[in-house]
Amino acid sequence: MKNLISMRDLSKEEILYLLKLASQIEKGEVNPDMQRRLAALLFFEPSTRTMFSFDTAMKRMNGNTIVMSGTKDTSAKKGESFADTLQTIAQYTDIIIMRSPIEGAARYASEVVGIPVVNAGDGANQHPTQALLDLYSIQKTQGTLENLKIGIAGDLRFGRTVHSLVQAMSLFGAKFKFFSPTFLSIPKNIKEFLHEKKIRFNEFDEDMDIKILSELDILYVTRIQKERFASPEDYEKVKGSYCLTKEMLSHVKPNLKVLHPLPRVDELSSDVDDTKYAYYFQQAQNGVYMRQAIITILLGGV
Amino acid sequence: MGKKAINPIKNGTVIDHIPAGKGKNVWEMLNLPSSEEKMFLGKNLSSEKLGKKDMLMFENLELSLKQLNVIALIAFGATISIIKDGEITRKDQVILPELVEKVITCPNPKCITNEEDVATKFEVLENGDVEVKCHYCEKKYLIGEVKIKM
Ligand SMILES: [Zn+2]
Repeated sequence: MKNLISMRDLSKEEILYLLKLASQIEKGEVNPDMQRRLAALLFFEPSTRTMFSFDTAMKRMNGNTIVMSGTKDTSAKKGESFADTLQTIAQYTDIIIMRSPIEGAARYASEVVGIPVVNAGDGANQHPTQALLDLYSIQKTQGTLENLKIGIAGDLRFGRTVHSLVQAMSLFGAKFKFFSPTFLSIPKNIKEFLHEKKIRFNEFDEDMDIKILSELDILYVTRIQKERFASPEDYEKVKGSYCLTKEMLSHVKPNLKVLHPLPRVDELSSDVDDTKYAYYFQQAQNGVYMRQAIITILLGGV
Repeated sequence: MGKKAINPIKNGTVIDHIPAGKGKNVWEMLNLPSSEEKMFLGKNLSSEKLGKKDMLMFENLELSLKQLNVIALIAFGATISIIKDGEITRKDQVILPELVEKVITCPNPKCITNEEDVATKFEVLENGDVEVKCHYCEKKYLIGEVKIKM
C-alpha cells in the first residue's frame, strides 16, 4: 500500500490486515514509533473532528504534524497551482493527509507527490478512513465481519460514508436493511452493485420498525442534513419520523450496536446514550487506532 | 475479401457498420483537417446485422489509434477497413479501449479535472451500453452523457 485514496483500491486481505494492526495497536501489542516523522494535515475544507483524530493518531505515536486549514489563507490566493503547493509541502513532510471539497483531489495529489497521501474525504466521493474505522468498530463489537445483518438509516443518497460502508461490508456477505425518506434512498448504482454481488437488501421509506430492528446486529444511523430539502417544511416532516429513541430498542438482539459517524442532529435521541447499545463515542475513539494503523503501514512503521 | 462492393475510393479507410444516425457524429468527432480528398457519408444503408447502418469513406486517410478509440466509444460495433489499390487489405472491428485519456470531459463540476489543469482519464466499462468511469472523482457516466473532443 502506497497511498490510501479509495476503498475501491483495497482488497479484502488488505482491509483485514489494517483491522488486525489497529487491534494490535489498541491492545499495545504493537507500538509504532513515528519519532521525527512529520505529517501534513491539509484541510481545504474544515472538519475539526477528522483533523483532531489524525492529529491525535500521529502524536500518540510520537510523531508530529503541521496543519493547514481552510482555503483562503493558502497559496490558492496567490495563484500558485495546487500541484506546486503539494510538491512544496511534500519537501518538508513524510506523509500528506488531505481533505478537500474537490472530488478526486487526493487521487491527483498522490500522482503529483512522491510521499504517501491519505484521503481524509474528497467531496461526495470517498472517505476511506471513516469506512475502515466503521469496519473496525463492527468487527470489534461483533467478533466478526461475516454474515451480519446491518440496518442503515438516514441520508442514504448523498452519504458517502454509507456508500463506502455498503461496498466494504458486501465483501463479507452482509445483509442490509435501508431506512430513508424516498428522496434520500440508496442510489441506483449502489443497488446495481448489490445485485451484481448477489447481496440481499430491503428498503423501507418509513420510520424504523421495531420488528425489523429486532433482527439487526448493527444499526448505522446517519444525519439528515437540512440543506438537502427543498423547503423547511419538508425537513420538519421527515425530521420527526427518523429519530432513533431508547423505546425503539426494546426488542433488539443483545449484541446490537448503534453506530453514527457524528455529529448527530435530531436522528439519534440522547436517551439512547446510556443504553448498552450506544457505541458511537467508542466508534470515534476507534478512529484513532485505525488512523494509527493506516499511517503506520504507509510510513513502513511495522 | 470476397464481396467487391462499389468502391468509390482507391486508397483510404472505410468505417462501416456505424449504428444508423451516428455517422455524422463520428465524422464530426474525428475533427479532420479540411482536405481536398474524396469523402462519403452513407446514411440509413440496409444492413443484415443492424437493419440500418451508416458508413463513412475517406480517400487517403489513415486513422490514428486515438481516433479509433473514439470511434469505438461512440459507435461501438463499427468496422474499419483499410483500402489499398481498390482492395480491402484489412478489416477489423473497433475495440473498446480500457482507458481513455484526455478526450473525455468529466461532467461532474466538482471533479478535480474541472478545477485544476489535470488531464482526464476514464475507465471504459461495457455492459450493454458503453459506460465510462472517471479515474479521479469515480463517477460513472453513459457515453452519451459525456462530451468528447479530439
Ligand atoms: Zn471526474
